[in-house]
Amino acid sequence: MLLALWDHRIQAAAVLLFAVGFVTLLLHRNLLKKIIGLNIMDTAAYLFLTSVGYIAGRKPPIITGGDRDPASYVNPLPAGLVLTGIVVSVSVTALMLALTIRLYRRYHTLDLDQIYQMALGEQEEGK
Amino acid sequence: MSFAANFPLFCIVLALLCAVVSGVLRWRAAAILTEVMAAAVAVMSAFVLALALRTGQSTSYPMGHFPHPWGNELRFGILEPLVSGVFSLVLLCCVVGGRKALNRDTEPEKRNLYFSMVDLIQASLLALVYTNDLFTGYVFIEICTIAACGILMIRQLGRTTLASVRYMIFSLLGSGLFILGIVYLYSITGHLLMPELKQSVGELWQSGQYRTPLRTAIALITLGLCIKSGLFPFHFWMPDTYGYSTPCSAGILSGLVSKGYIFLLIKIIFDVFGTEVFYASGMQTVLYVFGVAGMVFGSISAMRENDIFRMIAYSSAAQIGYIYMGIGLSPRLGIVAALFHTLTHALTKPALFLSASRLSEVSGGSKRFKDLQGSAHKNHAAGAAFAVGSLSMIGLPLTMGFIAKYLFALAAFREERFLIPTLLALAISTVLNTFYFARTLIRVYNTRDLGAVKPVGLGSQKRFAAAGALLAGLNIFFGVIAQPLIDLLTRGVALLAG
Amino acid sequence: MKKQTIFDRLRRWDESEFDLTDALPLEEPVRRIEPDLDRDALPPIPRLEHGGVRTFRRLYPWMAGLLALVLVGFLLLAVLELPAFGSADAPAHNEVMARYVGQGTEETGAVNTVAGVILDYRAFDTLGESHVLFTAAAAVLILLLTATHVQEEPRRIRDIMERDPILRNTAKVLTPVILLFGFYVILNGHLGPGGGFAGGAIVGSGLILCAIAFGFERLERLLNYKSYCRILVCCLGFYSLAKCYSFYCGANGLETIFSAGTPGRILSAGLILPLNVAVGLVVGCTMYGFYAVFQRGRI
Repeated sequence: MLLALWDHRIQAAAVLLFAVGFVTLLLHRNLLKKIIGLNIMDTAAYLFLTSVGYIAGRKPPIITGGDRDPASYVNPLPAGLVLTGIVVSVSVTALMLALTIRLYRRYHTLDLDQIYQMALGEQEEGK
Repeated sequence: MSFAANFPLFCIVLALLCAVVSGVLRWRAAAILTEVMAAAVAVMSAFVLALALRTGQSTSYPMGHFPHPWGNELRFGILEPLVSGVFSLVLLCCVVGGRKALNRDTEPEKRNLYFSMVDLIQASLLALVYTNDLFTGYVFIEICTIAACGILMIRQLGRTTLASVRYMIFSLLGSGLFILGIVYLYSITGHLLMPELKQSVGELWQSGQYRTPLRTAIALITLGLCIKSGLFPFHFWMPDTYGYSTPCSAGILSGLVSKGYIFLLIKIIFDVFGTEVFYASGMQTVLYVFGVAGMVFGSISAMRENDIFRMIAYSSAAQIGYIYMGIGLSPRLGIVAALFHTLTHALTKPALFLSASRLSEVSGGSKRFKDLQGSAHKNHAAGAAFAVGSLSMIGLPLTMGFIAKYLFALAAFREERFLIPTLLALAISTVLNTFYFARTLIRVYNTRDLGAVKPVGLGSQKRFAAAGALLAGLNIFFGVIAQPLIDLLTRGVALLAG
Repeated sequence: MKKQTIFDRLRRWDESEFDLTDALPLEEPVRRIEPDLDRDALPPIPRLEHGGVRTFRRLYPWMAGLLALVLVGFLLLAVLELPAFGSADAPAHNEVMARYVGQGTEETGAVNTVAGVILDYRAFDTLGESHVLFTAAAAVLILLLTATHVQEEPRRIRDIMERDPILRNTAKVLTPVILLFGFYVILNGHLGPGGGFAGGAIVGSGLILCAIAFGFERLERLLNYKSYCRILVCCLGFYSLAKCYSFYCGANGLETIFSAGTPGRILSAGLILPLNVAVGLVVGCTMYGFYAVFQRGRI
């Protein structure tokens, strides 16, 4: 069991990180912490993806020096996918932060529960 | 290769280009561009559909010089152009019919960005429908999510911003699970293109190797898409999201965006997992149970609502439940029923949201039932569109809703173990639907204490009348002449299954 | 005046001249947006919770924790069955990877296989990816762009930065180096590690440093909202059209006018170099745009 865990150390770490991000996202009321949780979650998925592409003892896939043997390089595909993923993650983070700024300007708090209650209160008054 | 085979690519690129160009145009030009683009996509989809019907097989379209498994691909049979055509028609109706409310709800300086977002949603829906590559699906899911949040929050009320935050959190949770599922699948198969994935998954399931990771991947991908499309326990974002956005956005979000995810899921079930593996993995029972629960609880929540928009939103949760119940029922007839209901819902919900906004407008802007009394007499067109939509959601004959429910029941008769619960759920949900939609209809057509009213004429709301007439007309048309559509869907599903 | 040491400076920062709440200006006189609530006149937080909601609140952390535990348990179990980390015979290292590495250089002309994969084999993904960035930029603009110029950058932070010789002198030295390095990474994307996204992020950070040290006004001549939009439209439009052409040719079995060239030369690899430049410009400007909009409400 422990040996198997060691064989899969990076994947296991990624999964644990994913869970950390997941719990952070679900449990914290503070919007900024939720965003941090979201980022941890994404990063964990990318760590997992990168680890899939790694092959022990091989070179990065920059083909120089005439060596074109596939057996001497690591897998380039996961690296490309991670690149795509990172851009997505940056975009989403920017959008969430912008939303947070708007909510903070309006309600002067980052606590999602308080914001929700104030918004409900506004609606009650509106009626 | 016939020239029409290039149309899916042209549709996607056209939508992306329109989105980018709209960023620098004035908003009126951007609006016209969006409408022209949606109409053009609908026409091109018709050509692709004709091509697929003529050849009778699905076509792989390599994106570049490298076919699968090396490079990205699109793939289309009968279902894909049909769905994308209906989606772009609905999008056109939303944009055309929701313009007045949009002008009320948004700032003119930023309105061109709104249309840019709508174009991006169109592009990503098309890509989700046509893609033959799992990772492309992920990328365009993200575009769809961000753009959906964009058209939601453009109405900058406190409640709307809050709703966008919740929508984003749920959506991103879904995307996180989805990408993790892709990673698991990639690490045990080494492929991202659907044909190879299907083959590897089948072989792995046969040999029993990597059974736990495979099950996990199936569960993660399904769960991710369920969360994003708002299946029952994850539907809490729906009422706020649909209830506080501008009606055009509400129509697009409820009618199209969640349907795009559902269609992708169906495509993944057929083309990635294969129906045998998916229905042996036990996930379909989960979908079935939550679908049934959603049908009942969504309707109960809708019944307790006092706000017409939120009521329609909760009814969406119930309808999503129907679709997932169909997916869970059986791989052929159940999925045909689910697809039919997807189209029904895509045509009905935007009509309901658009007409409800008109009804609330003639009632002094209030969205509560009490104030909506007699509003259908003040705006006949909106009242008629709302009535057709409501009757379709209840499932009265001559509307698409009836055919969908009939198909669900038919599918249940083929699956003995699901027969009783399915019929029971259909009955309960129909009674509840009838209760709250009939209550609303009676309210808006009630003439008590109305006095003399001068109804809003058709002339002053041509755009809305056209959009509502198209949506309601299609709804009744396919409700009366349903057989060709059912045949198309059945053939399309057979083609998808390969 | 007595010359300030860096410790004085740090202490002063610490002593609350730097108040975060100032960074987010509170008034926003824009039509059609609900006015922001006044800080003093905030309504008391109403207690709308009734029985069911309170029970839900109390149970929620436990349910969420339980859900996460179950999730991580399943995921870990699944992980243990996966191929071991770093093993060469994992299913992921199959014929697809062999072709990317073995023939990628001839087929795409890129020495950097990753660039070849994302900009040629799987170019449609990357087309989507650059539009993700555009979508996010447009969404952020919708949220934070203010039509009027009333809302300026917070004065106090600006003052602190302008009085700071360390910042200004360092920026003077570093900005050209950073920008040069960024352009090198963009232009070198097909020959070595790098590419449009990495290089664009570096260029963006250089621009942001410049804006922090010397103020937005200087940069505005080079990069304002109008030119930002133009760059975005040109680059993304070029990207879409070029890729559409190459997809069309590929699917219909035609030769493109872009040839792979001699791998290793700077002008090689067909479309990869121009696409990298386009992506680099988009990413760099968007990164700076994010900063500017977050900081002062306009680009």
